[in-house]
Amino acid sequence: MSGSALALLTVSIVLIWGGLAGSIIVLARRPENDHMPSGGEDTRVPD
Amino acid sequence: MAEQPAAAPHTHEKREHWSGQTAFILAAIGSAVGLGNIWRFPGEAYDNGGGAFMIPYLVALLTAGIPILFLEHAIGHRFRGSAPLAMKRVHRHAEGVGWLHVAICFVIGLYYTAIIAWALSYFFFSFDLAYADDPAGFFTADYLQLGEAGTVSLSFVPHVIVPLVAVWLITIVILALGLHRGVERLNLIGIPVLVATFMVIVVRALFLEGAGDGVEALFTPDFAALSEPQVWIAAYGQIFFSLSLAYGIMITYASYRRRRSNITAPGLVVAFGNSSFELLAGIGVFAALGFLASQQGVAVGDLEGLAGPFLSFVTFPAVIAEMPGGQFFGALFFASLVLAGLTSLVSVLQVVSSALQDKLNLKPRTAAVAVGGTSAVLSIVGFGTTTGLYLLDTVDQWSNQLGIVAGAITMIAAAIWIGRRGHELERHLAAVSTIRPGKAWLWLVSAVALLLIYMFVDKAVSLLVDGYEGYPTWYLVVFGWGTVAFLALAAFLMPLLRWRKDIARFHPWPTREQLKLPAEVGERHTEDYDPRSGS
Repeated sequence: MSGSALALLTVSIVLIWGGLAGSIIVLARRPENDHMPSGGEDTRVPD
Repeated sequence: MAEQPAAAPHTHEKREHWSGQTAFILAAIGSAVGLGNIWRFPGEAYDNGGGAFMIPYLVALLTAGIPILFLEHAIGHRFRGSAPLAMKRVHRHAEGVGWLHVAICFVIGLYYTAIIAWALSYFFFSFDLAYADDPAGFFTADYLQLGEAGTVSLSFVPHVIVPLVAVWLITIVILALGLHRGVERLNLIGIPVLVATFMVIVVRALFLEGAGDGVEALFTPDFAALSEPQVWIAAYGQIFFSLSLAYGIMITYASYRRRRSNITAPGLVVAFGNSSFELLAGIGVFAALGFLASQQGVAVGDLEGLAGPFLSFVTFPAVIAEMPGGQFFGALFFASLVLAGLTSLVSVLQVVSSALQDKLNLKPRTAAVAVGGTSAVLSIVGFGTTTGLYLLDTVDQWSNQLGIVAGAITMIAAAIWIGRRGHELERHLAAVSTIRPGKAWLWLVSAVALLLIYMFVDKAVSLLVDGYEGYPTWYLVVFGWGTVAFLALAAFLMPLLRWRKDIARFHPWPTREQLKLPAEVGERHTEDYDPRSGS
């Protein structure tokens, strides 16, 4: 594979799959906002 | 807002919910990852600069895909309804925008089912490689029994209709089971299975002879292409269509999230998850095409059918016919198509079902049977015949390239330009999420709308002047422009019907006061908002 094709492949993988991994890590570390305003409770709907 | 009641602030209407954040993320990825990821992205990238296409693609993801995804999630989550109801709550005259989304989903559901039905047939054909000898002839003559282009036939093809009925029955059952037991369970099982299956296919493809040449063909950059506006439009189009934007799906799915839910960070997982699958598919498809080219002793660029249905139902069967273990990998490939298609189809029809549930006060089961039953009959009559492929091609072109783009422009105009909800939605996202979108987000959304207006005009003029695929004018008027007329009629007429359920018992949360906004929409605000202050 040519150097330029390999470079583009690598950059795409790093940015896109890295973006997925990064966003999953960010979400796992802080799944919810701890400073939400008061209220907002939902009414449960039975299945 | 006209519907703003004098009810207690914490009185909320009952609404189905996802069981958790993961369920929502998987369902949204299931919607976004569809047939277009497998057969549209590789061809678009290859035709528009190869590896260099990844630059506008990434720019489009960051400047259009994620901002519009956030907008839809914000509208659905704050205004908590199907697309028509949420848009009506955004602005009292914007209900029609939601019905435009619903009508697009209704039309797409009709033909998307047909493609899944073909894939289901090909899954079974893979066991004895029935398509191996002459993939093109098998698909067009033996399987579809294609009639003359630009004509309408009522000659039904039984072996297309049987899987079509099966797909409709499965879909109706999933929708009738409701959000939690139907849609959510399908995605909780289907998406991990789809990813695992596709990984097996891609790894196998990468070890085939000539695979490296195929991947090289896809990623060899043509940087000169970056100076062509059409390449950038293709990248924005790919991101736009691939992420299921402006169908009302993301509005509907976000409306099923609990109020106290993180919105932006899961949105990023959905956006990058969709692109990750797309990249995986691109690598796998072109590795397989490299193998086919090496077997035929030609260059990858000399192969035909590198995108669309012909990639899946003609070119890929040719690859499968040549590769060791073809039966197994053929079955895996078409099972992947069925799964990817089914999770997207269910999301499309959930938009229609949810809208009817809200407007006519129907239960999920009743709405599922009404939507599914009506759609199934129309789908079989339109796409179970010998001219179904041509109809599919035409309706897809007009509903996708014009309908969806119009759906996006009108949604942005209604929410940001006319409804003046931009700051409210930005502060809503900031209040409930862990990642604040910032004011630049609103600028990006408006800038994307301008690009979309250009894309809409460009495509409309091209279809008016050049026609499409050489089909006769009467055919394009009836089925192409007729589709657009149907979408417009739905958008104008459906808001005239009375809401059968009490939609007035609704208060957005967080309240405008909590978001430090004036009580009246559109009133100038000067107070800064710090989401960390809570209150």
